[in-house]
Amino acid sequence: MPETPPHTLSPNLWVDNYADYLFNYTITRVNDSDVSKDLVQETFFAGLKSAKNFQGRSTERTWLVSILKRKIIDYYRKINSNKGKAEVRLNFYDNGENEGNWIEERIPQSWDNESEKIIENEELKNQLEDCIDNLPEKYAIVFRMKTIQGFETEEICKELAITASNLWVIIHRARTQLRKCMEDNWFNI
Amino acid sequence: MFKKLKITCDQATTICDKSQYNEATLFEKVQLNWHLINCKFCSLYVKQNRKMTGLFKMKSADCEEKIKCLSKLEKEALKKELEKI
Repeated sequence: MPETPPHTLSPNLWVDNYADYLFNYTITRVNDSDVSKDLVQETFFAGLKSAKNFQGRSTERTWLVSILKRKIIDYYRKINSNKGKAEVRLNFYDNGENEGNWIEERIPQSWDNESEKIIENEELKNQLEDCIDNLPEKYAIVFRMKTIQGFETEEICKELAITASNLWVIIHRARTQLRKCMEDNWFNI
Repeated sequence: MFKKLKITCDQATTICDKSQYNEATLFEKVQLNWHLINCKFCSLYVKQNRKMTGLFKMKSADCEEKIKCLSKLEKEALKKELEKI
């Protein structure tokens, strides 16, 4: 059986052939258009620089995606180390005899006219988007990947280099924060 | 036996969140239900969390419809940047 010829690179066609695919791939993970553009650009730069290492075993697109994935992990690590910005508020006591119990002011409250307020409309979607945007970035990324984009837990852990228990802590904190945000800004106003 | 079932509100709501993605184990679900017998706050959380899942699904369906692309101008700018290398 004849061997498949190795794949080759055509950097002059990268933008036309892959820019949209890579941009869409990135924006579903970082949800920021400017950051996504930068990451795609960095991917092309890195691709050009390491073109001589391309062995043709995978397609050009697969190879570029593998570079992009590393760029996304780097970005995720960078924002993960940014301290102080939009920290998630604690919902449960984290020490003392009440450890693990609800903090009084964060206890869930009944929602007013709940069924009336869940009618799908743009305003509701915008409020939800605002609440997600108010999460710390690393929480927002994991939350979006898992809940909005529907990625498998294993895939997210692999891509972002985090453990499954880490992922569930993040999802839990993000969801409790989002519940509170929607309670304060939508259900009980 | 019952000691193993005892969990905090923080753990109970974490299990509730996991179960929204069908990823809670059977034992975790038993722990959660045991906790809910005596905890009205977490029971309310569970009820509201299902509604939140509904909202997230709506949002998710909304996002799936949109495919994002770079504009022609952005692509041209990107090409120019690459040519500099």
